[in-house]
Amino acid sequence: MKNELYKYDLIPDVDMPAEFVGKIEGYETTETDILDTSMARRQFLKLTGIAGGGLVLAFSMGSSPRAQAAHHGGKKETADLNAYVQIKSDGSVVIAAKNPEVGQGVKTFLPMIIAEELEVPWKSVSVVQSEIDQKRYGRQSAGGSQSTPRNWTPMREAGATARTMLIAAAAEKWGVNASDCMADQGYVVNKSNGKNLSYGDLASAAAKQTVPDPKSLKFKDRKDYKLLGKFVTGVDNHKLVTGQPLFGIDQRLPGMLNAVYVKCPSFYGKVKSANLDEVKQLPGVIDAFVIQGNSTDGELKPGVAIVAKTTYEAFKAEKALQVSWNIADASKESWSGFKKMAKELTANPGPVSEEIGSMDDAITGAYKVVDSYYTYPFLSHANLEPQNCAAWFRNGKMEIYAPTQTPQGIAGILARILPIKADDVEIKQLRGGGGFGRRLINDWVCEVAAIAHKINAPIKMTWTRETDMAHDFFRVGGFHNLKGTLDKKGKLTGFQDRTLVFTNKANGHPVRGGNIRAANLQCPEIPNVRMETHEIPLTTPCGWWRAPTSCSVGWVFQSFIHEMATAADRDHLEFLLEQFGEPRWMGNQTARDFNTERAINVTKLAAEKGDWGKKMKSGQGRGLSFYFSHLGYFTEVAEVTVDSLNNVKVDRVVVACDVGMLLNKSGGENQVEGSVIDGLSTMAAQEITFENGAVQESNFDNYPLLRLPVAPKIEIQWLTTDHSPTGLGEPAFPPLAAAVTNAIFDATGKRIYTMPISKEGFSFV
Amino acid sequence: MATIQIKVNGENRTISGIDPKTPLLWALRDHLGLVGTKFGCGKGLCGACTVHFNGTAIRSCSTAVSAVESRSITTIEGLAEDADHLHPLQEAWIEHDVPQCGYCQAGQMMNAAALLSTNPKPSDEDIDNAMIGNICRCGTYTRIRKAIHSAAGNGGNA
Ligand code: FES
Ligand code: FES
Repeated sequence: MKNELYKYDLIPDVDMPAEFVGKIEGYETTETDILDTSMARRQFLKLTGIAGGGLVLAFSMGSSPRAQAAHHGGKKETADLNAYVQIKSDGSVVIAAKNPEVGQGVKTFLPMIIAEELEVPWKSVSVVQSEIDQKRYGRQSAGGSQSTPRNWTPMREAGATARTMLIAAAAEKWGVNASDCMADQGYVVNKSNGKNLSYGDLASAAAKQTVPDPKSLKFKDRKDYKLLGKFVTGVDNHKLVTGQPLFGIDQRLPGMLNAVYVKCPSFYGKVKSANLDEVKQLPGVIDAFVIQGNSTDGELKPGVAIVAKTTYEAFKAEKALQVSWNIADASKESWSGFKKMAKELTANPGPVSEEIGSMDDAITGAYKVVDSYYTYPFLSHANLEPQNCAAWFRNGKMEIYAPTQTPQGIAGILARILPIKADDVEIKQLRGGGGFGRRLINDWVCEVAAIAHKINAPIKMTWTRETDMAHDFFRVGGFHNLKGTLDKKGKLTGFQDRTLVFTNKANGHPVRGGNIRAANLQCPEIPNVRMETHEIPLTTPCGWWRAPTSCSVGWVFQSFIHEMATAADRDHLEFLLEQFGEPRWMGNQTARDFNTERAINVTKLAAEKGDWGKKMKSGQGRGLSFYFSHLGYFTEVAEVTVDSLNNVKVDRVVVACDVGMLLNKSGGENQVEGSVIDGLSTMAAQEITFENGAVQESNFDNYPLLRLPVAPKIEIQWLTTDHSPTGLGEPAFPPLAAAVTNAIFDATGKRIYTMPISKEGFSFV
Repeated sequence: MATIQIKVNGENRTISGIDPKTPLLWALRDHLGLVGTKFGCGKGLCGACTVHFNGTAIRSCSTAVSAVESRSITTIEGLAEDADHLHPLQEAWIEHDVPQCGYCQAGQMMNAAALLSTNPKPSDEDIDNAMIGNICRCGTYTRIRKAIHSAAGNGGNA
């Protein structure tokens, strides 16, 4: 019975949001297409000579059989080249990076995988951002820590195919078997006599070799890796540190005008009237007009566009704009109202959504029962680069210059909201100043496209920080009335969660990141589990926020496990390990299925490196927390010092991780360090509140981000396992908060039940 | 509307037809095409827009262009001596791979450069005090600290 709990997907949001996938033309495929994948792949590997000699190897780099089949589906003979490895006659190599870069390091580590298998020195590689073209590149997105697991095999295939052909070319020249040759850092070496030929010299001959069947490719052994796992710095670093244009907001086009788009503070309010004539008289203002919008979640909200010569003139005009809003259909929701509602609703039994064993029996037979009530707030993404985008509508075509995480979702949406065809939309991918899930939703692209459609000039729209905070797609807040039962021996016998699940008013599904399941508990040994969920329709827009669902319930459940260990008077580490049970891989033993062996091993490693059990001074505490999300296993130990005024100094955070193997030591550790700091930042004092449907926070003064002096010492321990490598954008985030609140409890005996900790009188120093 | 002269990265520039109250940030970005200086909050809260005004770090989003008329401004584009000689902070930023998204980093480096110009061997506490005004949403603070020490010749450690 217990295993039933783990038959679900543990990571409900791990995939690219279905609604976007659905919008990728031809994504849905038939069985035949899927079976045809390897053939398609071979056909689409194409070789061409380039000016000055050399070789272009163009591969299909679709990231999954589905995507593969999708972009070849039916029209194989017309589909063009896709991503490529280019080897020039001087031996230098150009590798295309296919996915959007928003700070997760993907523009560096995907090409590293190709370079490793190609067997070339990294210093001879230059990386270019590929075009956005689903037909040629398959799925191009940045979300759900998916770039690594989805591209691990296709990227290795790309490198290995080229290497195999270079070796074949050398073998032919020397009249020996390919097996007598080996590749070594840009050269093919004849094993019998030590002679070598450079890739540059071999490129043209390699282009004439038969393209190997992907099934015949031999990947390198991990132990022979020369590049993967090393500290490799970002490919755009030089441009970044010298201030060269890279980001969406840096885009400049000839004759470009600058725009703002003003929406109703209460979500989905419509424009009744506005002082457009006055605004049009303001200095620099070119035009001002109302856009009706379609009020569809994630698309075009109604509002007023102001187009001016410069950004400052547009911002200034925004201040002078007066709009009378029709709020009949607008949100009237309030955070304080939800807090009250949740308290009342969860006080009594609610609809049972999942039950394993019998919670009633657990309560009847319990030696001890613990009741607790946890609350966490809505959050904003607060990307440091506010949402912005440029668009140019000319000759019936719409060019979009977007710092987006989901470039391929755009054309379909624009074809729905504007009288243009999806084929007439061209997307140029630009670097995003932070993603965190905000740029998965392209509402801001809709806005600038709607403005550009009316204006005979390229337009860049920039949101002020205030607009960005008021019109986010928020991390959903939540409430959990928990009950845990212990038997005489201090074993955890039952767990119950009475909670609210907010549902999207438009479709009745749980809002993004709001699907709370028993599986999120990640304690397969508890014999009795009951989830009672009240479904509450919500208008306030919610989005995917770094480690959706896990980012909030990870804290709740990992705090509660500690609470139960404390109630049982048992050591937290030992108690937590007991919840994992025997080392085993549950469910269907895919990367998504919970593997208790990996959970146990990272937890033991974190405990060891985090000095678990070692005595601390008075006022100090140590806390532990585990979470499995986005295919990664993470346990964190936090050490804190708390003074009498509840000032918390986080002295050290030890992070133990199992993501199979680490691809880029620098990029990977940067993600983990960033997740720890983001975790602290979030729990310190961040809270989005709304009254009468309108967000109350506006900028970094009332929605503070962590500052440098508060950053703790972070120590990262990598546990290398044979599992395929998985992503690092998210999974280090969920365990952090509970490690810290458990440490605060250890230091002070005070349990934090409400996030952020400022609500309970604590602050970080 | 006015015509304003400023010296940016050693070059005399004339901006005509500009509202003198325009923040220096937008004068640089929109009028002069120097987009390395970033917009984060517009209110002096995040430091993304940090530039040097006669050698001191200022928030360009909260400084009117008229206030720096005829004075000398250095932006991230002018931090390096020339293309072949990066500022030690730029070298350290690359070597320690500080950026994630990179959006805050121009402001971070400009602020750090101002710190090093008056305090070539800052302590951890000096760095805390100097850098507290610069937000990094991606959380690269530990690397920023390391890179400043490294540029100061402290070998990446305090
Ligand atoms: S944009 Fe100037 S301080 Fe934030
Ligand atoms: S690197 Fe992204 S905000 Fe600092």
